[in-house]
Amino acid sequence: MQKSIQERTKASLLLSNGLKFEGFSFGYDHFAEGEVVFDTAMVGYPESLTDPSFAGQILCITYPLIGNYGVPEDQIIEGISQFYESDKIHVKGLIITEYSYDYSHWSALKSLDQWLKEHKIVGIYGVDTREITKVLRDQGSMLGKIITENHTEASDDDNCGEKNLVKSVSCSEPIIYNKGGEKRVLLLDCGVKHTILRALANKNIEVVRVPYDYKFNNSDLGECDGLLISNGPGNCSDCETTIDEIKKFMESEKPILGIGMGNLLLAKAAGAEVIKLKCGHRGPNQPVRMVGTERCFITSQCHGYSVDAKTLPSDWKESFINLNDNSNEGIQHLTKPFTGVQFHPEGVSGPIDTKFIFDNFIEKL
Amino acid sequence: MIDTTIKKVLLLGSGALKIGEAGEFDYSGSQALKAMREEGISTVLINPNIATVQTSENVADKIYFLPVTPYFVEKVIQKEKPDGILLAFGGQTALNCGVQLYKQGILEKYQIKVLGTPVQAIMDTEDRDLFIKKLDEIDVKTIKSHAVESVEAAKQAAKDLGYPVIIRAAYALGGLGSGFCDDEEQLEVLAEKSFSYSPQVLVEKSLKGWKEIEYEVVRDKYDNCIAVCNMENFDPLGIHTGESIVVAPCQTLTSHDINLLKELAIRIVRHVGIVGECNVQFAYDPYSDDYRVIEVNARLSRSSALASKATGYPLAFVAAKIGLGYGLFELQNSVTKTTPAFFEPVLDYVVCKIPRWDLTKFHGVSREIGSSMKSVGEVMAIGRTFEETIQKGLRMIGQGAHGFVANKEIVVPDIDKALREPTDNRIFVISKAFQKGYTIDHIHDLTKIDKWFLHKLYNIVMTSKELANINSTDDLSKELLLHAKQQGFSDFQIGRLIYKDKLDMDEAVDLVRKYRKSLNIKPVVKQIDTLAAEYPAVTNYLYLTYNGTVNDIECQDDKQSIIVLGSGAYRIGSSVEFDWCSVNALQTIRNSGYRGVMINYNPETVSTDYDMCDRLYFDELTFERVMDIYEFENPHGIVVSVGGQIPNNLALRLHENGLNILGTSATCIDKAEDRHKFSSIVDKLGIDQPKWKELTSLDDVHQFVESVGFPVLVRPSYVLSGAAMNVCSNSNELVEFLKLAADVSKKHPVVVSEFIQDAKEIEFDAVASNGEVVAYAISEHIEFAGVHSGDATIQFPPQKLYVETARRIKKIAKKIAAELQISGPFNIQFLAKENDIKVIECNLRASRSFPFVSKVLKINFIELATKIMIGEPFEVPSKSAFDLDYVGVKASQFSFSRLQKADPVLGVDMASTGEVGCIGDDTNEAVLKSMISVGYTVPKKNILISSGAAKNKAELINACKLLAQNGYNLYATGGSHQFLVDNNIPSTRVYWPTEPGQYPQALEMVHNKEVDMVINIPKNLTQIELENGYKIRRAAVDFNIPLITNTRLASAFIISFCNMSVDDIQIKSWDEY
Repeated sequence: MQKSIQERTKASLLLSNGLKFEGFSFGYDHFAEGEVVFDTAMVGYPESLTDPSFAGQILCITYPLIGNYGVPEDQIIEGISQFYESDKIHVKGLIITEYSYDYSHWSALKSLDQWLKEHKIVGIYGVDTREITKVLRDQGSMLGKIITENHTEASDDDNCGEKNLVKSVSCSEPIIYNKGGEKRVLLLDCGVKHTILRALANKNIEVVRVPYDYKFNNSDLGECDGLLISNGPGNCSDCETTIDEIKKFMESEKPILGIGMGNLLLAKAAGAEVIKLKCGHRGPNQPVRMVGTERCFITSQCHGYSVDAKTLPSDWKESFINLNDNSNEGIQHLTKPFTGVQFHPEGVSGPIDTKFIFDNFIEKL
Repeated sequence: MIDTTIKKVLLLGSGALKIGEAGEFDYSGSQALKAMREEGISTVLINPNIATVQTSENVADKIYFLPVTPYFVEKVIQKEKPDGILLAFGGQTALNCGVQLYKQGILEKYQIKVLGTPVQAIMDTEDRDLFIKKLDEIDVKTIKSHAVESVEAAKQAAKDLGYPVIIRAAYALGGLGSGFCDDEEQLEVLAEKSFSYSPQVLVEKSLKGWKEIEYEVVRDKYDNCIAVCNMENFDPLGIHTGESIVVAPCQTLTSHDINLLKELAIRIVRHVGIVGECNVQFAYDPYSDDYRVIEVNARLSRSSALASKATGYPLAFVAAKIGLGYGLFELQNSVTKTTPAFFEPVLDYVVCKIPRWDLTKFHGVSREIGSSMKSVGEVMAIGRTFEETIQKGLRMIGQGAHGFVANKEIVVPDIDKALREPTDNRIFVISKAFQKGYTIDHIHDLTKIDKWFLHKLYNIVMTSKELANINSTDDLSKELLLHAKQQGFSDFQIGRLIYKDKLDMDEAVDLVRKYRKSLNIKPVVKQIDTLAAEYPAVTNYLYLTYNGTVNDIECQDDKQSIIVLGSGAYRIGSSVEFDWCSVNALQTIRNSGYRGVMINYNPETVSTDYDMCDRLYFDELTFERVMDIYEFENPHGIVVSVGGQIPNNLALRLHENGLNILGTSATCIDKAEDRHKFSSIVDKLGIDQPKWKELTSLDDVHQFVESVGFPVLVRPSYVLSGAAMNVCSNSNELVEFLKLAADVSKKHPVVVSEFIQDAKEIEFDAVASNGEVVAYAISEHIEFAGVHSGDATIQFPPQKLYVETARRIKKIAKKIAAELQISGPFNIQFLAKENDIKVIECNLRASRSFPFVSKVLKINFIELATKIMIGEPFEVPSKSAFDLDYVGVKASQFSFSRLQKADPVLGVDMASTGEVGCIGDDTNEAVLKSMISVGYTVPKKNILISSGAAKNKAELINACKLLAQNGYNLYATGGSHQFLVDNNIPSTRVYWPTEPGQYPQALEMVHNKEVDMVINIPKNLTQIELENGYKIRRAAVDFNIPLITNTRLASAFIISFCNMSVDDIQIKSWDEY
């Protein structure tokens, strides 16, 4: 049931440009700080909150009614989460207009409020998320804090987090899934979404998931048929080792697929530059066009940086562009089986119109 | 890229508004025509609905006010030789007509290209068997139904599937002839009826209680697909989506659910081969991710119009462009103007559609809602919480509700039953149940409405209880007030809850309003921008909400804008005609250099297309909200006289609060509206009126009736159920009818007026400037007074009116216009018997017939009136402009076939849902065209007559002679038969249901479709007489046989088809007259 007026705990969002938005606390009653970004998805908060790409960020959801269908049980089958994108909530805070204390769905196990409390994640509701979004759209993503009437300052244990975002979400040692699968793919984990693991495992592929800075070219992990470079948070400034390893792997001329940050890493390995977008693309309705064709796709995206297509070497081409702002959404080697896409072909939360990207990759293995 | 061979396109409209096919197709068609014009393609439109925006100058190049049937369409094709045809923008009428044109080889014969979805794909979705096969091919689950061609086969199929089952007629408008059957007995009755609509009937397993989800999908010729909008029905499966509260986007589905259904929708659309727009409806299991596809509509629909308004994505416009060969990526998002049309809108608000019913207008209709559509209109509310949105919406439907709570107490004898078997009152029954302590679980068990919605509704109840705990605004905390406003409480609701009945409501509202403003609690203005603020919007498609802190736009504060109040939900008595008026007023305002600002909330309209004005406030037409917007906009002034009765009713209060009402002053509007004030003005001017009196006791009523004599027209101020007014022919009826009035007292007086029989009714539509009549149109009802002016058949210019009568009417109107200092549109209704003229009503606003007379005269009354109201120079039309050598006839469309059990008889309360207006070289041609346009057919051979009272029989005699001379076989009931025989007209006697055992039985002849037309005139308006013919009339409607219940109309129709054949009808476009 909704909280009565007297029971509500006041909370505020403070943006680094000085703006303040007053609302009420839900989830964990605490202090949070991070880069504030907005996501336009109308559904899929369990997936977004556990998406490692959002690590370290405070997420503002533009759709005003959140919590409607609660949170599903986190079923893990052979190490892969069935309904979430990882084993924990990665956002540092959540900003919404209206929280639904009462949820309704057959798959729901608990409320969003309870789930946030368990994961010690701060939420604020009752603020004008449309206005916040417009501020971020016009002035770019910026730092912000959520404070409540009980917690206005960070406490000591808040600052021990890992500064290297990719490191904070990557696995610490190699993990093998679906052992004995027909083909074998090396998955470079920069913060991989479990939907990607599921997509590969469902195609009967053995997945060798390695940490983002793992020297896999000279390892005892054995031969792989291809390389998948995963999504992840932030830009790729802390990933020099990763880029070197990708370069080395390219020499084998085996298929490579980069997704999200994986596309940026692949571009860097090819010698191109990466630029920051004003406020990023985060939402389920990003339109892309396959360059040189009339084919367009609605894609799910979650990134703040993109490849500067002008800097691509001559043996690479731009394969997808964003129809809204013409930024790069994918790259392709002219002769070799190296592909990168900035969007998420696996969807979740979001459309699954571009699943064929996986199929193409798997076909080439 | 685009097909450049297409230079001229024919668009089929949807004809008269009817239940299941209403204003949404004016919007779709107008959008398509706009899209064609933008490409420089010449457009030809066939649509007899003269009140629409699409049948206006500068919308289509050539307009034919002709029936949308293959016969007439072929004639137009022969004449116009179009290169292409658009079938998807005129509802099921246009689609069915298109399929027939295709099957008859007409499209091929004239080499006309179907733009958009190919006809084969349309047939694949319309024919149930083909449809299921098609979906089986791609492993998509459908509701397996058994197509049967006999009642016996239907029984067998139901037995195989197991009850309950649903049955529906193939190829029928929005659920016509469909319903649920719990057992064989029910099935037998329903199946028989369904077969009267279609040779094929479908029997399906019922999935009552599943969720109903809809997707609107667009596909271009390059196979690019987008799902523009998803919507969830508040009412679970079992209630037609047109009868259901619909919410966008879906509220109770997860990302997994949404994308699973979306993928299916796109798979279907690709496989079927849609090129354009398509609606896919799913049934979705509330306990798993199991689904069934209910149906696919390969055309623009009511849902697509709703989705367009809900998202800001102009589906019809885009679909039309795709039909020409554009790819979605080549088209622009018309809201941002910077991003392409290839995208899926995301909302940052919630939208709620609520149907509007008018079931109390019909005698005998069941108020239960189910799988067949009965609602006549709808509203769309926008907010940022569900509570806010639904409360707004409940006010918008305009049936006296102030929201979910704080309404007038309703009487529900059995709440459990009312929850289990929903009626048009369902949502208020839920409110009542909460008040009575029902739990959410209990209500869910009875209604199957998802608990999420019930929780939200319960939140409203909780807040109302908190408000009821205090007794004055002094005790009202800022937090509670803001919280209530965020849940959509109006000042009225808050005032009523706090002050109970201790204060006058107006006073209570003022107190709350003042207190609220003193705390600076005001709504903010937000934009609908299709992308949830990700990109800036350049259009001003707006709504107000308390769930926000910053306005998206600023007030321009230059006094250069003018607000126009729209007409709200379509209902019986107010529909597309006022949309035409609103749109024309906006256009005139904008052409004069002002900014036009629209307030309206009806998703079916063109006036709520954000391209029609500079700012569109998609919001309530209540005093509170209009004040909010006026105070924010600070405009030059406000127009209240083009949107029908809703704005008219607000005029006085707005004026008293200092708003600048443009045109006729609000006090004069009030003088015309207030019965007493108007009556004394009329007396003062020496104008005659029927005697009337407002009475407060039964004794007074009887005394008055004694002095004027029966029949009388009785209008109680409060009626429990049934019609709001009635004609009573004797004291028994009077007593019976007044029993329905809860109360006759000082607080609830009853108005009784003298009812003049056999009088002509005449409409005077006009525009005046400072009390001087500038333009006018006198039109004449074909039926005598007693048939509501909205149901009557009207001819203009009048054909049988004495010159003297017309002259006197003009004089009277001039006096009234001068007395009330009218500036703007107005309408006066007169009764004329010989040259004796009485005034019955005067409205200082545009009337229903404004578009009709404007288009027949080719003088735009609204443009003229608007210029006068806003003080722009205008030209007085020359006298010769009023001299016409052709005739316009406006005929009414009834939707009785959808209203099970309703008695299709006409009376003083309006019952028609739409109208057409056709032009002819003479009355006969105009009558014939318009009657065919509202669904009548010229009978082939047999006509069934029961002609009522002696007087009626005499009136019909000439028409009957004519029928006999033209070789028709007349079948008549006892008295009528005798009368015919006495007058030497051959006739066969048939028998009433009350004369069993004698043959032929009239009813059986109707059931067996042995007659081609039924003329059934009720003897008088007593209940007994009405019931006598009821079975025959109802059977005629149920078995789809043309029925006429008025002698004057019957005569006019018979004379027209006996004097000319359909082949003689001229195929002339509007501009050729």
